[in-house]
Amino acid sequence: MATATAPRPKPSFLRQLSTALYNRPALFLILLLSLPLGYMLIFYVGALAALLIQSFFHLDGFTGQVVREFSLDTYRDLFTASHVGIVVRTATMASAVTLAAALLAFPLAYYTTRYTTGQTRALLYLAVLLPLWSSYIIRVYSWKLILAKEGIITWFVDKLGLTALLDAVLALPVIGGPSLSFSSLGLFIVFTYIWLPYMILPIHASLERIPKSLFDASTDLGAKPMTTFRYVVLPLAFPGVVAGSIFTFSLTLGDYIIPSVIGNSSPFIGMAVYSYQGTAGNIPLAAAFTTIPIVIMGIYLTVARKLGAFDAL
Amino acid sequence: MTDPSPAVEFTDVSRHFDEVRAVERVSFRIPDGEFFTMLGPSGSGKTTCLRLIAGFDRPTAGHIQLFGRDVTKLPPYERDVNTVFQNYALFPHMTVGENIAYGLMVKKVPKAERERRVAEMLELVRLPGLHRRKPSQLSGGQQQRIALARALINHPRVLLLDEPLGALDLKLRQQMQIELKALQHEVGITFVFVTHDQEEAMSMSDRIAVFNLGRIEQIGPPAELYEQPQTRFVATFVGTSNLLEGDAAAALTGSPTAFAVRPEKIRLDDESAEAGSGDMCVADGYVQEFLYLGMHTRYIVKLDNGAEITVARQNEQIAAEQGVWRPGDRVRLIWPKLANNPLQG
Amino acid sequence: MRYNRELKAPFGLTAAAVGVLLFLHIPFAIVMLYAFTTDEAAFTFPPPGYTLKWFGVAWNRPDLWSALLLSARVALLATLAALVLGTLAAAAVYRSRFFGREAISFLLVLPIALPGIVTGIALRSMMGLMNLPFSFWTILIGHATFCVVVVYNNVLARFRRTGGAQIEASMDLGADGFQTFRYIVLPNLATALLAGGMLAFALSFDEVIVTTFTAGQQSTLPIWIFSQLTRPRDRPVTNVVAFLVVSITAIPILYAHFLSQRSGDTAE
Repeated sequence: MATATAPRPKPSFLRQLSTALYNRPALFLILLLSLPLGYMLIFYVGALAALLIQSFFHLDGFTGQVVREFSLDTYRDLFTASHVGIVVRTATMASAVTLAAALLAFPLAYYTTRYTTGQTRALLYLAVLLPLWSSYIIRVYSWKLILAKEGIITWFVDKLGLTALLDAVLALPVIGGPSLSFSSLGLFIVFTYIWLPYMILPIHASLERIPKSLFDASTDLGAKPMTTFRYVVLPLAFPGVVAGSIFTFSLTLGDYIIPSVIGNSSPFIGMAVYSYQGTAGNIPLAAAFTTIPIVIMGIYLTVARKLGAFDAL
Repeated sequence: MTDPSPAVEFTDVSRHFDEVRAVERVSFRIPDGEFFTMLGPSGSGKTTCLRLIAGFDRPTAGHIQLFGRDVTKLPPYERDVNTVFQNYALFPHMTVGENIAYGLMVKKVPKAERERRVAEMLELVRLPGLHRRKPSQLSGGQQQRIALARALINHPRVLLLDEPLGALDLKLRQQMQIELKALQHEVGITFVFVTHDQEEAMSMSDRIAVFNLGRIEQIGPPAELYEQPQTRFVATFVGTSNLLEGDAAAALTGSPTAFAVRPEKIRLDDESAEAGSGDMCVADGYVQEFLYLGMHTRYIVKLDNGAEITVARQNEQIAAEQGVWRPGDRVRLIWPKLANNPLQG
Repeated sequence: MRYNRELKAPFGLTAAAVGVLLFLHIPFAIVMLYAFTTDEAAFTFPPPGYTLKWFGVAWNRPDLWSALLLSARVALLATLAALVLGTLAAAAVYRSRFFGREAISFLLVLPIALPGIVTGIALRSMMGLMNLPFSFWTILIGHATFCVVVVYNNVLARFRRTGGAQIEASMDLGADGFQTFRYIVLPNLATALLAGGMLAFALSFDEVIVTTFTAGQQSTLPIWIFSQLTRPRDRPVTNVVAFLVVSITAIPILYAHFLSQRSGDTAE
């Protein structure tokens, strides 16, 4: 079936273009990358650069205008007592939320990976994915309904006859507030609820990675379930916890919606940024404030990397 | 009807990846209609050369010609060459029929003719009627034949096969070797075959190029490679060889030049045996151990001059004796000097 | 020797797991419940009565409709942009080894990794410096930056799973680059694009933090809901909206999940 060479038809324009690109891989790469990279460099990296630049400007107290000259005044302004207080308050809340999320996430993740298989397991995984991808603002709104003075929690507490206890808690200085839906306690609950899926998934992933044979080996060597948990499971699951904590910590640090809706109006970083760039028009200060969560997360991420969190993601 | 110009010609072709020299100054000519095999261990450059023929890669230096035409700058779709991939690379989202007809579809061959030719091809590879199935529903052996059909339907002038039998089990592989060889005769085109299995290469090829570390060590018909290996590598990669050099070589041949001799060429006899007529090497020693391998037995003999020689002896006796010679027995090895292959590298 | 017995979980653990699951899902139930309450102040529990009338009221609210339409338009265009940009970037990263390859993945994930407030104010200060007026386009620009990575990850995972041999086979059989893209690459990517696109749409539709910085006077749906939270006027209508959003957005989430599971990609 050997055939002689038929005369070749001249290739179409598209085909010639394709050959030109095939023979010039570098050009092809540049063409592929130019659009996405260009977009991100201009509209994201450029924006971040603009932000950094703005933080070195300062707001003239008299004219209320932004002075576009290099100055460290804004950063000096940042380190006043009230501003530092904001940072401390936000960081404390972030830590508390992270801890609570870890404590809640672990049992569910452990139960799912260790004691369920197949369909049930997939279903439970989905049960965590659904809230994760559901509307953030609506999940926040749902707690407004729950925490309201006329809402379900008060009704429940009432039925149990614990109203006095609730009022006492609300009267506490830092945690409390005028009502549950305007208190730091409420804030804490809502933050934990919203970020919980972000903590569950990495822990789930790292627990899943533990081979079943390790459990068998541990039992074979004489360990009781509790011991196995403490010496085998916990250390191996820890990178997953750290990975989850990156999300909960960072998201709490930067959020301003939840504190403005639920909190007792003591400001958090997010709110400060929002209010400063809003009516106050003090974009330099807002920009300077923004660098704080970035720096904190930078440090946090470096530590987390050392603890092996990135392998767990 | 075979073309007088060589089907494939490599002239001083090199392919470097940063510091790695995958192919280094390789030259060869494949005449039209030959079953040519590129044989070597992994990383020897044989697959890279195949990809260079197909057009998936460009050489760093040198020229590649197909039927006299320089194709170095041509993309794969402009070359009259088709490939059967190692893992078949069948398109999972198309049926078997659509897979096979792909090359025709791209050339805008009308539907009726496509269907006719697909049916023809399926007959050729002996899988009639499977055109509606999906590749995932087929066994490995069937997928391999579909890959073959998909390549051949385009009437390429050269067919490239990249270790196509690697994923099959032994019996199927041996059967496919015979079928491929027959197919090549029937279709009449040039086959360029890549494998690391030297038995496979020897059973199928007209000529073999032995690759090592990016270079070709020797090219020739299977018998020539086996009976007259020119380098250490060829002597030990194709079949097994005894390698002798320096003092041990001098003791046997009178010269310290390194040489190789095949285990089955050596006669194992009692210490008192006569060398017989002709120019023979004679060496005395004792049996160190033996391996009973069914068809033949391998004896490892330690010579008095210190060298170790492997002798392969066909088990011709009907009674399955576990080796006529036992470890410790004194023996004499006798073989013709002509069986010695001086080595150049 | 393998034990095939089903492990039995200690009661405490099961109770804790169930508790956490309830914690995650009861708020949804509450929101759905409140959509039907007759109470106008709309916070009272238990609901005094049940009615469907608020659905009608919501239907007749023009500000709600314009917010919904704006969200849909932005999400649609952001998804389109993400599909194009994400696929191009994934193709580049998959095909070639080049300087800064890992940096691309890092760059694309930054808008999601950094707190929304950072992205928001960064975009705002850039728009301020460039004297860009806030409009539909500024919202869109912000959304596209964080939608790209979702498509990028899905498409890159799919490229890696498919491998390059099919593309080589296609070219070997006579198809040039464009034909190969049309007949081989695109069909292989189809479900990854669909899944990535749907997730990008959901992400954009729901986004509130960055949007508040880049929107100026306009309201997308989440902004509308947010404004209801801080100045509650028609709570019942808000409840209805919440109910509808939760029920409707659950569908594409489930579908996208089953799509990626079925083709074996990493699920988000």
